[in-house]
Amino acid sequence: MNKPKEVFFQGFIKENPIFRLVLGMCSSLAVSSTMIASLGMGISVIFVLVLSNIVISSLRKIIPDMVRIPAFITVIAGFVTIVQLLLKAYLLEINDMLGVYLPLIVVNCIILGRAEAFAAKNSVGYAALDGLGMGIGYTIALLSIAFIRELFGFGSLFGMQIIPEEYTILIFTLPTGGFLVLGFLMAVWNKLAALQGKPKAELNCHSCPVAGLCGEGFIRLQKAEEIDIKIDKNAGANTEKEAK
Amino acid sequence: MNTNLFYILFVAILVENYVYVQFLGICPFLGVSKNLKTAMGMSVAVIFVMVLATAVTWPINHFILETYHLDYLQTLVFILIIAALVQLVETFMKRYMVPLYNALGIYLPLITTNCIVLGVVLLNVQSGYGFTESMVNSIGGGLGFLLAMFMFSGIRSRIDESDIPDFLSGLPITLIAAGIAALSFQGFVGIAENLFT
Repeated sequence: MNKPKEVFFQGFIKENPIFRLVLGMCSSLAVSSTMIASLGMGISVIFVLVLSNIVISSLRKIIPDMVRIPAFITVIAGFVTIVQLLLKAYLLEINDMLGVYLPLIVVNCIILGRAEAFAAKNSVGYAALDGLGMGIGYTIALLSIAFIRELFGFGSLFGMQIIPEEYTILIFTLPTGGFLVLGFLMAVWNKLAALQGKPKAELNCHSCPVAGLCGEGFIRLQKAEEIDIKIDKNAGANTEKEAK
Repeated sequence: MNTNLFYILFVAILVENYVYVQFLGICPFLGVSKNLKTAMGMSVAVIFVMVLATAVTWPINHFILETYHLDYLQTLVFILIIAALVQLVETFMKRYMVPLYNALGIYLPLITTNCIVLGVVLLNVQSGYGFTESMVNSIGGGLGFLLAMFMFSGIRSRIDESDIPDFLSGLPITLIAAGIAALSFQGFVGIAENLFT
């Protein structure tokens, strides 16, 4: 963890935010129907992630622990607003393509998750490298989903027609396509991880947007689920006994 | 006007379902849909917070932000309002409404920064809805979320009992199942257009 190179590259594959950490699912499904939108989203996220990581890391000793989540959200929302204004001024097309998902970067689990898990505990240089690495990892994942969806759904890549339109498959452009492509890519990623003897990617507290804030809530929730399952099993056993 | 409200409600629940079509609130959708009871608790909490957030943010947006041309602060102001609101409601419930707190309290902190709440609030503003329309859209969005959770917890209990290849089990098969479920919502697109014209 101490080497800058390792901090930078871990976000690419080893801890890819989408395929390994399962963060930021909403935006990755929504904007991945075309390569251009994905690239726009990726660059916006890199911008916000790097700058918010730098600011949060440099303020980490000043922000009191109790109010750190609202403080992080305020910093992140500030940078997202900057991106929104920049895109509206210079790249209106991309702004329209991303629609509501652009302001929703604020609640993107990747940014708050990295602020909480990394930037709040490490020095400014490492936090910036982590932000850049994670942002690039996110962009790679987004582009790989968009590659499949745009190539088969629209028959094009970055808007250039490659497959004639009559051979395109509509389902890839629909929301269903997003779920299916992400599901199958996740399966491939899990298989590769299993070959290296690593655990599967799971959606858990570690990937929850407000890990610090909701940690307690999530544990309570899991306990409640366990109790429910136990009750169900007991009820099942009782009815079996009665049947006998 | 009346038809208009019904149209908004119908579209919000089925045609533009926030989970299956707009991909908002995917984290709780995948994370908390394992059993029916928690799924329902989560959905009710989401409806509650969404309606409350709309009721508070709409007047603030209309009377303060738009009047003083501070539109560009929308994202920042909305997320802070939602975060503060949820915290306030949780504290209030804990003190004065214990039964309700016991039912929903667990879920409230989980949805503070959930994209479905901020998403609905922002979409209401972007669509230029009035107060009533915004409220109807939020309720519809919440009911759509409930429907999605209800459907999917059923599907997942079936998946749990099936024999799935190892590399597909867990998250991948859940996403693939969600994709197929999303396909069923595609059918409503034409209905809305023909039903209300």
